[in-house]
Amino acid sequence: MTAKLKEVDVVIVGLGWTGGILAKELTEAGLKVVALERGAPRSSENDYSLPNIRDELRYVVRHDLMQNTARDTITVRNSPQQQALPMRRLGSFLPGEVVGGSGVHWSGHTWRWTDMEFKIRSNYEEHYGKTFIPDDMTIQDWGITYAELEPYYDGFEYTAAVSGNAGNIGGQIQAGGNPFEASRARDYPLPPLTPILASEMFTDAARNAGYHPFPRPSANASQPYTNPDGSKFGGCQYCGYCQRFGCEANAKGSPHMTVIPIAMRNPNFELRTHSWVTKVLKDSDGKRVIGVSYTNVLNGEEFEQPATIVLLCAYAINNVHLMLLSDIGTPYDPVAQKGVIGKNYCYQTGAAATLFFEGKYFNPFMNAGGSNATIDDFNTNWAFDRAPHDFVGGYNVSGGFNTPLPIGYRPVPSGTPQWGSDWKRATAKWYQTAMVIGASGSVMTNRYNCYDLDPTYRNAFGQPLMRMTFDYKNNEHKMGGHAAGVVNDIAKSMNPTRLNPASARTDPWTVVPYQSTHNTGGTIMGTHPRDSALNKYLQSWDCHNLFVIGANVFPHNSSYNPTGPVGALAYWTADAILNRYVKNPGPLVQA
Amino acid sequence: MTEQKLDRRDFLKSAAAGGAAAAGGSAAIVTPEIAQAEPTPPAATAVAPQAAGYAFLNLDEAAFVESLVDHMVPADEISPKGTDLGVNVYIDRALAGAWGKGERLYMQGPWRQGAPSQGYQLPLTPAQLYRAGIEATNAHCRKVYGKSFDRIEDAQRQEVLVGLSTGKITFDNGLPVRVFWTTLYQTVIEGMYSDPIYGGNRNKAGWAIIGFPGIIAVHRDHVEKYRGKPFPNSPVGISDMS
Repeated sequence: MTAKLKEVDVVIVGLGWTGGILAKELTEAGLKVVALERGAPRSSENDYSLPNIRDELRYVVRHDLMQNTARDTITVRNSPQQQALPMRRLGSFLPGEVVGGSGVHWSGHTWRWTDMEFKIRSNYEEHYGKTFIPDDMTIQDWGITYAELEPYYDGFEYTAAVSGNAGNIGGQIQAGGNPFEASRARDYPLPPLTPILASEMFTDAARNAGYHPFPRPSANASQPYTNPDGSKFGGCQYCGYCQRFGCEANAKGSPHMTVIPIAMRNPNFELRTHSWVTKVLKDSDGKRVIGVSYTNVLNGEEFEQPATIVLLCAYAINNVHLMLLSDIGTPYDPVAQKGVIGKNYCYQTGAAATLFFEGKYFNPFMNAGGSNATIDDFNTNWAFDRAPHDFVGGYNVSGGFNTPLPIGYRPVPSGTPQWGSDWKRATAKWYQTAMVIGASGSVMTNRYNCYDLDPTYRNAFGQPLMRMTFDYKNNEHKMGGHAAGVVNDIAKSMNPTRLNPASARTDPWTVVPYQSTHNTGGTIMGTHPRDSALNKYLQSWDCHNLFVIGANVFPHNSSYNPTGPVGALAYWTADAILNRYVKNPGPLVQA
Repeated sequence: MTEQKLDRRDFLKSAAAGGAAAAGGSAAIVTPEIAQAEPTPPAATAVAPQAAGYAFLNLDEAAFVESLVDHMVPADEISPKGTDLGVNVYIDRALAGAWGKGERLYMQGPWRQGAPSQGYQLPLTPAQLYRAGIEATNAHCRKVYGKSFDRIEDAQRQEVLVGLSTGKITFDNGLPVRVFWTTLYQTVIEGMYSDPIYGGNRNKAGWAIIGFPGIIAVHRDHVEKYRGKPFPNSPVGISDMS
């Protein structure tokens, strides 16, 4: 027996960064908003406090803040010829499942994606001709421009306390920043973090090689900060426990200590935790949605929550799953290349080298989420000619560390035994005296990389799991080879005592080990319902009162972390809803 | 050292056969004597011998795990041996607890082996996997060396671990060796390097191996102060700060 609840103006599915931003913006404008979050309420004071938050086993290895795959997961395969099997535990990526979502356990890396991505097909055709793009690479323009999004990037950076050096203010290149970034109206709200030795050494080596290193912009407050909404940040403690942990210092920009508590104080807002949305409900003619069905996972009780507007703000994968389960839009068919829901799933790739310097103490355990220095010369830079290397996309390279905690990180030179006294001596010698240089690379779309519903496996609610078909293609292999070459050249120029060189990845994508929680696509934005699920305002082409927000709207993936545009697009959508949609409900773009 | 363990296990087994109630109580009494009887290298002298007291492992499994962790983590100038670090205790508690019982593991069929890229696909919880893997490894050891893993020579143990880690050994019971080895290895690492509240990394001697300082509250001022210099190696754990 499903209880039908009283209609509200807006129901939000999932309360992380995007749901939190929309909850705050829409309730402040007077709309009645209910948020349904499948996870538990958690707070910095009670859950992310010292000493318990400094627990690598609990948070990194056992995934305490992450989605529980016993209840719901996906099936995976590398090609349509393969039988998909369930991802029985998390590995390659880690969707969050608490109030605050993945915005609690991210590292804070915040990038502004530019027109290089938003106009990708136009750009490459213009630079290299139509035939440069392989036939099966389904990249397409996003239908939005950097200029449109700039104020919303700014809003997100100031909300999340991004620390960094601007590279381009009003068209003027700034010393110490990323000279390849697009023009910004003003600087970051906070100066960059204190560099660590590894990032300084990388910076010197990269500069000597003729590249343009800069401190990675990150939502780790380099000093105490109060954002424009009045949310208070402590300064980063460089504790080394950033990615996969909540921040006890409230120094990492996270929704649970910024936008969500502001919404919570507003009487227009109601949060229901442990509430698992199973379906978006359509009205009889299929032109609108009328609300959502959800289950209280504490007792199994089922509810229907009617709403005038429905916002899907779950993790990127789960947003696509809900669209498929709810039969909204036409599912994508990779053979006929028709339909849109499930299309253009993308991921990221990379190559990394470990450098060993005898007697040099890097103290890897002292770092912020964004302590690394980065170069963007092979990414947002048309002067890097892709033609001779024959790939679309790019990669950024950084030097430093990434969660260098001891269960997961004890680097030793290749050939070291895996156990015994010699192994122990090697870990003792090199743990503190090694550093990493890594490339993070884009992944272009391919017609066969996509999602659909699995025919066999089901979740705890009896619904089909979503099936992910994904593998790296030649384009990524070629880019990986180039990236490994650049990484190794920089590494060798630093004269390490020993070097484990980077190598291009050529093996299939695997569900283990951890790679990155940067899954994109599935319900992509675009200019026409023929080839996209959403218009530029992230509004469903099929049901005009449904908006889907998250990295699932990205038509392809770049080398950058996704949260910058995810946050900016949430503000952009809030603006479109309040200033356009509410005044005149209907399609904001005519098909 | 191996002979003493053999004696202990045989004693316990015969005691159990004579009167089942004796076994549980005896383990706690016997273990410290064994520990004390072993030559203790300098690095281990600060560590008080401690009865393990197992919540999951049976006698054969306990003997396997103890000999495994002492082989992989021998006592030397770097650290005490695996059992003195409590790695065996960590493993027992992990297998007895939620993780061992399959928490967060999607356990619905149908079951297919799949490609390596599809990850873990066995219809076993980690505890069941461990149990089956120890049984299969001991069966292999008995077939090849005539004795179980804990009773063979050190060089033979080395041979077995190399065989497991490279997949040269295959199990007669069909259990995939690499899956067992991956789990086995990961749990040994966790027992060395997780916070001591989980039973391993006793006295933070695992962290001390690599100079990991533990859960320092604030490194803000240390970034400049210790740039390029070693940080004091006196690790802090969760219980120290609680």
